[in-house]
Amino acid sequence: MPHAGASHNAVTVLPGVHWVGALDPDLRSFDIILRTANGTSYNAYAVRGSQGVAVIDTVKEMYAGTFFRRLESVARYEEITTIVLNHLEPDHSGALPELMERAPKAKLYVSPQARNMMKGLFDTGPVEHRIIPVNTGDRISLGDRSLRFFNTPYLHWPDTQCTFLEQDGVLFSGDFLGCHFCDARLFNDAVGDFRFSFDYYYSHIMRPFRDHVRHALDLIQPLPISLVAPAHGPILRESPLDYVQRYRTLSASNLHGAESKTLLVFYISSYGSTRRMAEFVAAGAEQVDGVRVSLYDIEGSETAPFVDLIEEADGLVFGSPTINGDAVKPVWDMLSSLTLVNVKGKLGAAFGSYGWSGEAVPMVEDRLRRLKLRVPVAGVRARLIPTPEELAQCRELGRQSALHLVGKADARVIDMAALG
Amino acid sequence: MAKAQVTFQDIGVTVTVPAGTRLIEVSEKVGAGITYGCREGECCTCLTKIVSGDENLATPSSLEARVLSDNLAPSKHRLACQAQVLGGAITVKPA
Repeated sequence: MPHAGASHNAVTVLPGVHWVGALDPDLRSFDIILRTANGTSYNAYAVRGSQGVAVIDTVKEMYAGTFFRRLESVARYEEITTIVLNHLEPDHSGALPELMERAPKAKLYVSPQARNMMKGLFDTGPVEHRIIPVNTGDRISLGDRSLRFFNTPYLHWPDTQCTFLEQDGVLFSGDFLGCHFCDARLFNDAVGDFRFSFDYYYSHIMRPFRDHVRHALDLIQPLPISLVAPAHGPILRESPLDYVQRYRTLSASNLHGAESKTLLVFYISSYGSTRRMAEFVAAGAEQVDGVRVSLYDIEGSETAPFVDLIEEADGLVFGSPTINGDAVKPVWDMLSSLTLVNVKGKLGAAFGSYGWSGEAVPMVEDRLRRLKLRVPVAGVRARLIPTPEELAQCRELGRQSALHLVGKADARVIDMAALG
Repeated sequence: MAKAQVTFQDIGVTVTVPAGTRLIEVSEKVGAGITYGCREGECCTCLTKIVSGDENLATPSSLEARVLSDNLAPSKHRLACQAQVLGGAITVKPA
């Protein structure tokens, strides 16, 4: 059985298609946000055609030596006509500048988005004329083999693309369908059990881009795929379509049959004032038909189940007291966790009690806007114990938020001069 | 002074503004969901979809046109920090 750890030679994937990547078994965290219990791999590939060799992706810079030794075991640099970078991130582009130097005849094929982003990573000046942006449907020929490109942005950067080796049905998918799982046996039917790593990678890397995942699946699922060669983790040669289908399942909506809009009201409270406000916000929202309202005390749960709820919800309202001029940490923990899912376009709102300054509400509103939620209703702040008038404002905040969710809010017309 | 009406579709608010106003000058004041990065037309963070009335905005400057092109912005999208209202009615929402 081929074993990448046994030598620095390339490993045959198919006749004329070789793995020339690197193993990083000692890595324990990736991109700051991911734990990697047994490291990762940086997969790169060489494809030989009758009129040239293509290199698909490279490796992290510190593994460039290994990459070049493996590449040299199956190709000479003057044979390389084509370099494809499916994703610019440094763990895949680390050896690119040197490869461009070593293979002077090669053209570099990247997505149009990568073409622009690349300037932030390298001095592209000397090779500018060799960089060719490609889009969905574009093909390049290696003679008896051809590569077809699919523009699949936000998997998980704007630049990402997939490349399909048409004659062999090999999809070079970049980070898409990959995982951090280092095993020198390389192939999914030979390595250890990596199901957890596959799902974990999806939930931390791809999940915020769920709509883009679906778009990419729509593009690639019609292809006659016989093997998926991702940029991390096992090469999927046994039942590769099972993994594609797994992404379809993971990216599907979890809630079914909910006809109404869902509004989640989260709060945390020291002395009960913000809680009281939350109850009035929820009560106000419940006055509107077609909105399903839920009220949650943030102290009562871990964050992860809330994030699952939020992913499917239409509106989010956060109640936080102001303590020392800030929203409280559990609220920020929730708000920072929202980067795990796509919240763009959801409705957001904020409220909270305060003692003397009351910054929490505008800070939360600003965070919600930065996360690209729409914040159509101004938040409510109450000094210490909310008065009946302030509780009425909370009820109206909930009602107006719910009306926005069902598209029944009154349009407002303002003169700019009145805005100050 | 000539006036224009800018509607921020995401929050359901229409603002009457003097001709010559840039979208950035009003969107934050009304709490619209357009967010800003550099505020100088370089970063494309404030990319905004012009739902209707794009003919009522000044033609993009060469800087804005280049940034829109570099970022593969679809048609009828503008940078809110740059786009200047000329008159009439314009409806926008975050891209």
